[in-house]
Amino acid sequence: MNSSTTAPAPPVTRIEPKNAGFLRDLTSVAYRALRAIPRDPAAVIPALIIPLFFFVVNIGALESVAEGIGVEDFRAFQLPVAIVFAVTGVSRASDLVTDISSGYFDRLLLTPMSRTALLLGLMVADLVLVMALCVPVLILGFLVGVEFATGVLGAVVFVLIAGLWGLAFTGFPYAIALRTGSPAAVNSSFLLFFPFAFLTTSFLPLEALTGWLAAIADYNPITYLLASLRSLLSEGWVWADLWPGLLAILIVGALSFTLAFGALRGRVSRG
Amino acid sequence: MASSDTAISAEGVERRFGNLAAVDGVSLEVKTGEIYGFLGPNGAGKSTLTRVLCTLLKPSAGRASVAGYDVETQPGEVRLRAGVALQEAALDDKQTGAEMLSLQGRFYGLSAKATKARVDQLITLVDIGDALDRRIGTYSGGMKRRLDLALALVHDPQVLFLDEPTTGLDPVSRAKVWQEVRRLDEDLGMTVFLTTQYLEEADELADRVGIINQGKLVAEGSPAELKREIGTDVVIVTVDGDPVKARETLESLSMVERIEANGPSLTLSVSDGPSAISPIAVALAQVPEIDVVELSLRRPSLDDVFLSVTGEHIADSSSFMASPSGPQNAQESK
Repeated sequence: MNSSTTAPAPPVTRIEPKNAGFLRDLTSVAYRALRAIPRDPAAVIPALIIPLFFFVVNIGALESVAEGIGVEDFRAFQLPVAIVFAVTGVSRASDLVTDISSGYFDRLLLTPMSRTALLLGLMVADLVLVMALCVPVLILGFLVGVEFATGVLGAVVFVLIAGLWGLAFTGFPYAIALRTGSPAAVNSSFLLFFPFAFLTTSFLPLEALTGWLAAIADYNPITYLLASLRSLLSEGWVWADLWPGLLAILIVGALSFTLAFGALRGRVSRG
Repeated sequence: MASSDTAISAEGVERRFGNLAAVDGVSLEVKTGEIYGFLGPNGAGKSTLTRVLCTLLKPSAGRASVAGYDVETQPGEVRLRAGVALQEAALDDKQTGAEMLSLQGRFYGLSAKATKARVDQLITLVDIGDALDRRIGTYSGGMKRRLDLALALVHDPQVLFLDEPTTGLDPVSRAKVWQEVRRLDEDLGMTVFLTTQYLEEADELADRVGIINQGKLVAEGSPAELKREIGTDVVIVTVDGDPVKARETLESLSMVERIEANGPSLTLSVSDGPSAISPIAVALAQVPEIDVVELSLRRPSLDDVFLSVTGEHIADSSSFMASPSGPQNAQESK
C-alpha cells in the first residue's frame, strides 16, 4: 500500500480494442456466472434439496394411495415432478440484481459487449446448472428402481427437455429483476412456481383430478410437460405424448423471453 | 464542429429527469491529452454529464462527442475508446481481481495473451500484491478503487473518465491515483475528464477546470487563470468579540471589496493583500470590543473562484469542508 515502496510503473504500450463478437460475449457472461455458482453454494443447495425431499416424501405418503387408483409405477410417476421442482425458477436473477445495485451492470454497459449476450449468457449458465441439478434427482430415481422405457437416450432427452423447461421459465425472474432491480421482488418471483407446480398432475393423473383443479390443470403447461417426461419413462418413444410438452415449453418460453428481453431493453435504454 | 485535436466536445448538452434539468445547456471542449477537471458540489450535475459522455445516458438536448464519435448515434465507437471509473467502484465481490481484469479484456476483444500482458502492466497500478488472486469481497475500499481504475484502463482507452476517483481513499492511495493520472497523461497523452468536489484535486491535477453549479457551467479556464480573474487576494480574520462590529469596521475600509462572515471568522476579498494587512490590523485594533485572534493573507483558491461566480462556497454547497488540508478533512467531516 505504501507508494514509496512501489516500483515505477512500466511503460504502457498501446493496444487496439475491438468488439469481441456475440459468441465471445455470450460465453464470457456464461462462464462468469457458472464460476460464481460454487462460490455461493447457499444459493443452489435449496434447489438441490427440495426436489429430493419432495420425491422421497411424496413416494412415502402417496404411493399406496396412487396405486389404489390405478397408477402402476408411482415412483416413475413422481420422478418428473421432482425434476420439474429441480429446474423451475432456478436462475441467476439474484446475481443480476446484485450487479445492478453494485454498479457492475453499468460497467458492463460501458463496454461494447452485446446487450443481448448480457442476458442470454446468464440463461445459458442457467441451462447448464438446471441440467446438472437433474443428475442427483435421476440418481435417486434409479436407486429406488425407476427405469427408462426409452433407455439411455431417453434419459438424455428427459434431462434436455427438463433443461429447456427450466430455461423457458427463467425469463420470468429475469423480467422481474430487470424491471425492478429489487432483490426482494426477485425472491418473491419464486411464488410463480407454486401454481405452475401444484395445480397440475403433480400427485395424481389427470383422470383422477376433478372440479376446478382438473380445469386449471388442463391449461397448465406443466401438465403437458409432465406427460412428456412420464412417457419417456413408462411408454417409450411416443411422439403424440412428446410434442404437447415441447409446445408448452415453446409457449411459456416465448412469453417469458418476451418479458425478459423487453425488460432488458428498458434497463439498457439510455433515455 | 469539434476539430481533430478535440477529445471531448459538448454543445448545449441538457439532461432532464422529468422537470429537473440535472445538466442544463453545458458546452465545453477538452483537447486531446488534456486533464480536464470538472469541479462542483454534490448534485451539481457532474456525474450526470459524465454518464451522458460515456454513453450511459442520452442527452435530452444538445450534442456531444468523445474521441470524434457522437455519444448518441455512435455509442459503440465511443465505448471502444473511452475508459470509465464511475463514482462507486463497480465490482463483483465473487470474482478475484485477476478474473475481473481478464473478463474485462475479453469484452474488448483482447486475446488471452494480450489480456495477460495488459494485466501485468496494470498490476503496478493496482498494487495489491497477492490479493489480485483473492475474491474482491475481501478487498479494502482503497484496493477496490484502484482495481476499478485498472479495469477502466484494460483496453487502453484514448479518453479516461474518472468520476470522483479519490473519494473515500486514504491520502497515500489518493496520491498514487494522482501520480497514475499524471503518468497516463504525460506518457501516453491520454485525455482525462475528471470530476471532483475536491478543490485541491482540481488544482493539482487539471490543466483546465470547468466549474459546474446547478447544472450550468459557470466558469472555465486553467486554475491559475480562474484565480487571476478574481483579481483579489484573501485575508482571513478571526476575532474574539462581536463579529458584526468587526464587519462594520472592515466595511469602512476602501481596499476591502467583499466580506464573507462565518461565525467569528471573516473572509475578506482585497485588491492588494500585502498592502491591506496593516490598515486592517490597525482598524480592528481601534475597536475595544474586539480582539484579533488570527489575521492571515492567502492567494485565492478555486473555492474563492466558486464563491465569486455562485455567491457561495463549494464547501457550503456540498456540505464538505474545503479546508486547506484538503479532502482528508472533508472526508472526516461527512
